[in-house]
Amino acid sequence: MTPDLECQHLIKRFGETQAVDDVSFSVPQGSFFSILGPSGCGKTTIMRMIAGFLEPSGGDILIRGKSVLDTPPNKRPVNMVFQHLALFPMMCVADNIGYGLRRQGMAKAEIARRVEEMLHRINLPGLGQRKINELSGGQKQRIAIARCMILNPDVLLLDEPLGALDLKLREHMKIELKALQSEFDTTFVYITHDQSEALVMSDQIAVMNTGRFEQVGSGQELYYNPQTAFVAGFVGESNRWIGRVERIEGREAQVLTENGLTIFSSSQGSSLMTGDQVEIFVRPEAIRLSKKAENLDDLRNRLSGKVVSVLFNGAASNILFQAEEELEPIEVALPQSGEMTNLARGAEVAIGWTTDQARCFKWTDG
Amino acid sequence: MIPSIPQSRFVRFIYTAYVVLFFVYLAVPLIVVAIFAFNDSQFPSLPWEGFTLAWFFGDARPIIGIFHERTILSSILTSTIVGVSVSILSVAVGTTNAFLFNRYQFPGRGFLYVLMLLPLVVPGIVLGISILVFSSTIANAVWSGFSLELETLRPGLGLVVLGQFSFIATIATLVISARLQKFDQTLEDAALNLGADRLTAVRTITLPYLAPAMIGAGVVAFLMSFENFNTTLMLVGSDAPLTITMFDRMKEGSTPILNAVSLLLMVGSSLLALMMILVQRRS
Amino acid sequence: MKTETKIGFILLITPLLLWLVLLIIIPHIDMFLVSIRERVGVRQYQSSLANYGTFFEEPLYIWTFVRTATMSILATLITLVIAFPASYYIAKMAKGRTQSVLFLLCLVPFWVSEIVRTFGWMILLRETGLVSSVLQWTGIVSGPVEMLYNDTAIMIGLVYTSMLFMVVPLVTTLESLDDQIIEAAYDLGGSGLSILREVIIPHAAPGIVAGSIVVFMLTLGNYLTPTMLGGKDSLWFTELIYLQFIVRFNWELGAAFGFMLLLLSSIIVWSVLRLTGQTLEKTMG
Repeated sequence: MTPDLECQHLIKRFGETQAVDDVSFSVPQGSFFSILGPSGCGKTTIMRMIAGFLEPSGGDILIRGKSVLDTPPNKRPVNMVFQHLALFPMMCVADNIGYGLRRQGMAKAEIARRVEEMLHRINLPGLGQRKINELSGGQKQRIAIARCMILNPDVLLLDEPLGALDLKLREHMKIELKALQSEFDTTFVYITHDQSEALVMSDQIAVMNTGRFEQVGSGQELYYNPQTAFVAGFVGESNRWIGRVERIEGREAQVLTENGLTIFSSSQGSSLMTGDQVEIFVRPEAIRLSKKAENLDDLRNRLSGKVVSVLFNGAASNILFQAEEELEPIEVALPQSGEMTNLARGAEVAIGWTTDQARCFKWTDG
Repeated sequence: MIPSIPQSRFVRFIYTAYVVLFFVYLAVPLIVVAIFAFNDSQFPSLPWEGFTLAWFFGDARPIIGIFHERTILSSILTSTIVGVSVSILSVAVGTTNAFLFNRYQFPGRGFLYVLMLLPLVVPGIVLGISILVFSSTIANAVWSGFSLELETLRPGLGLVVLGQFSFIATIATLVISARLQKFDQTLEDAALNLGADRLTAVRTITLPYLAPAMIGAGVVAFLMSFENFNTTLMLVGSDAPLTITMFDRMKEGSTPILNAVSLLLMVGSSLLALMMILVQRRS
Repeated sequence: MKTETKIGFILLITPLLLWLVLLIIIPHIDMFLVSIRERVGVRQYQSSLANYGTFFEEPLYIWTFVRTATMSILATLITLVIAFPASYYIAKMAKGRTQSVLFLLCLVPFWVSEIVRTFGWMILLRETGLVSSVLQWTGIVSGPVEMLYNDTAIMIGLVYTSMLFMVVPLVTTLESLDDQIIEAAYDLGGSGLSILREVIIPHAAPGIVAGSIVVFMLTLGNYLTPTMLGGKDSLWFTELIYLQFIVRFNWELGAAFGFMLLLLSSIIVWSVLRLTGQTLEKTMG
């Protein structure tokens, strides 16, 4: 099956800067694809090229197998939900939704019928005559999507549309967006800098940094099996050390950090050599916490020390652990199963993690 | 039709050409006026008889430059006096109006606001004649009642100032209100909290904040007064401001001295406007 | 109200009332009273509508009145049509520094007196003027052409003089239109014309109305440009008012003319506001 959207060796230069640097990917039909990256990484540039508001400096964009480079934005079979939604304030809701159909020259009665049907589908029946500024944030969101979906685009582009919403509503809209996507069964390409948005909604996520894709995969793959240091640091929380490889044994690298801590970590097949500078990432939730050091005997990395601080945050609570004065504190997830709830500052505890939970990547300065 | 939307080269070219033409259209009359100020001829027209500064500095016939031309010099002075008076009056009333409309809710506020805007939509010449008629009515009444002749109510500079003020005050009010609206009133509360009384708070906090707008309004008022023609025409007495003098000269047939005056006006008002922009930018 | 605020209120409202009552309201009432009196003897007057009768009976007056009104409307429309693309360019096509420089350039002619602007056009258009010379030099015409002293010259001058008052409100409203809105309209299949009609013009409506009202007012009340650029037959209504007041010293008839002009402008401004659903506060304030 031809993918709905395919980008081949896409390049965009602005003067000297390379905003998008040879990016290739394809999005299968009916899937939810996210591009996740910090601001300025080039994700908006990619999206605007797909929509047709920027011309690529090189490469090709194919929609359902056909190049669209010569198609102007108003003729492309993609539609876009803009960052600030860009609903037309001079029109009522129905006129906003019907705008694209009017452009196709459809008969008035038919437009009215389809708009009404669309309003039902997005659970806003009877709101057609409302003014845009009379709507709530969530309603605007749905109308911005409906305005595009009524045109049956091959691909719907979404440019961080949840950014302007408050936290509660954003959580709610994540679920709703995912539901809308499966309801319409259309390919969504979503860009965001918020990893939780990407992780919750997407079938596939591309993590982007400085114009390149670092890794493309499902949320689980990115989280459990990051391929680059950037992905390991950007997706999820991590403790991070910088150190030097002392010894290599199979896939296990013994690393001495700058502060003198020895960590056994997994090199995941990348060719490391003794003496290499590396970064090591360990997730707080991958670290086991125990009141007795002997419970952790089966773990390769073990430390005993004190609780420096308890960062209580409900289910996402962590503690800060310190083994010795000169070592930097380590964040450790606080298990919610009961025996640790009375843990207080100064308590003597032990922590440990396996070799596989500590991922090390070759480090190049800057 | 914004840069991010692809357009054919041809359309883009036509559009750019149009905009260039538009600016040429704006500039040409002014450039022409400026250039002919230096023509060594009795007429501000072709042929070009050679470059001269005589229309500025000449002191003997046939070319008497503006710096030796009494009537023009004195009318520039007249215009300046009128302009400064109008500008001071307008800024003063504009400021009180801005405070009134921003700080007080009172019955008839909306009505007064609309009334305040009206001078902008009354033709200048009508403002002129209505003030002329009314002041004469009073002057005549005083004359027949007390046999007293009130010179100030007869056509002259006093009426010119009042006539110009009657609509320039609206503009000053709008400019100053716009800035006062953006003022964060908690700053004044903070001053009160720190021991200032209401008037001191306004004087030390609010007025300095308003200053750029007040200066801006003052400059705009001065420029508008300086170039006003319609209202002035109906109210002018024996001392003619510059625009009236130039108008009379032009009807007689123009010499490049008018170009010279115009050039000075352009330079002067551009400098004023530039100054205003600098003041605005600094704040 | 507390005493303190009450005193403040009185101090603030006094200048406003003095200005509006003494310089705007009473003078206009007085002008109306003068316009409805008729001189029957030396210093003897009676109320009558005779002056308005004169206005409606004399074809020259009516004709000039109608002509002034139509030409003012026409000048407003021409100004709008010329200014809109240029304003759009400044507001949406130009970016950053270019944008502010272009905008300032538009303001320059305003810094200079109207009399200078008119003078410029006289130098350009008269028989011995620049345009005529250029036309002769290029060989398009064989002898000098007089382009001054006709209605076209008046129109050119009026449009030129009013341009700024159209450009400023247009640029201000167009600038507030988010680029994303225009992109969204393209993205949904809109073409240049349909976006102009359904998105850009509705958004710019307040600016269009404000600019048009100001330009219309200025044009209708203009005296200088028609007098200097117009010919003997191209009378402007303000010239009639001037004639009655200053030359003939017939203030009664002059006041009636003034009142007719005021009535005309009020009716047109009011109906434009009504038709477009705008208010004076919103467009002017």
